[in-house]
Amino acid sequence: MSSFSFPFLRNLALPLRSLSPRLSLPLPRLISLYLPSSRLRFHGVSTRLMASLERKHRIAEIASSIRVIPDFPKPGVMFQDITTLLLDPKAFGDAVELFVERYRDQRISVVAGVEARGFIFGPPIALAIGAKFVPLRKPKKLPGEVISEEYLLEYGADKIEMHVGAVQPTDRAIVIDDLIATGGTLRAAVKLLERVGAEVVECACVIELPELKGREKLGDIPLFVLVNGA
Amino acid sequence: MSAWKDKENDPRLEGIASAIRVVPNFPKPGIMFKDITTLLLDPNAFKNTIDLFVERYSGKGIDAVAGNAKVIGFTASQSQWPFRTFNGVEARGFIFGPPIALAIGAKFIPLRKPRKLPGEVISEKYILEYGSDCLEMHIGAVQPGEHALVVDDLVATGGTLCAAINLLERAGAQVVECACVIELPELKGRQKLNGKPLYVLIESH
Repeated sequence: MSSFSFPFLRNLALPLRSLSPRLSLPLPRLISLYLPSSRLRFHGVSTRLMASLERKHRIAEIASSIRVIPDFPKPGVMFQDITTLLLDPKAFGDAVELFVERYRDQRISVVAGVEARGFIFGPPIALAIGAKFVPLRKPKKLPGEVISEEYLLEYGADKIEMHVGAVQPTDRAIVIDDLIATGGTLRAAVKLLERVGAEVVECACVIELPELKGREKLGDIPLFVLVNGA
Repeated sequence: MSAWKDKENDPRLEGIASAIRVVPNFPKPGIMFKDITTLLLDPNAFKNTIDLFVERYSGKGIDAVAGNAKVIGFTASQSQWPFRTFNGVEARGFIFGPPIALAIGAKFIPLRKPRKLPGEVISEKYILEYGSDCLEMHIGAVQPGEHALVVDDLVATGGTLCAAINLLERAGAQVVECACVIELPELKGRQKLNGKPLYVLIESH
């Protein structure tokens, strides 16, 4: 991108801020109001830039739709509540779309969702990319034969389960949850899938709490998130 | 209203029905549990399930889809008449509601067991065969006058759906219809819905 177009875009920032009703437009559209498309092409503002700006805008909208509830479930915890994201059909749709865009060409055959909020994001992604949806659940919820993986909590331990036969050794899987904190649940989920021989391509969450270093718990398995809940 | 009565005219329904497996003696002996997880392993059948609901509700001015997180009541074998009701497993209503909501441009509202939703909630108690339970919804999730659907995977006695309808109506919303993948007609849940219509894809006898 030419250095000429950079200062031009910077100068756009002032008038943009002063026109708040229009800020609900997607950024590329907003920019195109002020820059006739012929000038855009002339100054080499690429569609990749537009896509990148659009993506950042979508992520900002998603982040701002998540509300924080202090002292839930216990004093001192700042709970990241995604239910307000679900009340905004555009933001919810954008969140799903960001995952779908990432995984649609990755030959993913399984989307595994961790109970219960992973069940909200996993199925729409699975449907869009044509993958199976596999629910991973707390003990005794899944009927029929299951395999279990235990994981440690701050005090004590917990378990998640997966149906025997749901996932095959030829499957390429992603694991979805709304949030990664310490990474214990996600690591247990990865282990369940790997025990049946599947390849876990990536873990994906809407929110990461980076100070809790969950990413490190996943070892070699990459983690993709939309927003940081700092 | 049941799509099942018309199943000869829509080949998708047989595919959906055959993708649902029955697990005997779960969660208790004598119960024939309708397990939808096998439907979720069949991307085509799962997509057809969602499409059937989306075809019905698209463009009908639905503002909100409420997904139940609790199922009570399961079918029992013939030898266990009258049927027992049990605390069901939570969260299967979350699987069908969001894809429908996204496709029709509505918001998704999770309805949950007590103490799972953070922040301010309203609660609706409902009676079980032994004891009672509670369903909760966030205050402010739905606005007065909004049109809502309640979605769940299965309707048995109708207790959970009834609690969901009450929550939404207490918040001033208008419940347009309840929608479930499976109905157990002998349990007469349809009659428990305060006169609200019920649409199902499959009847299981």
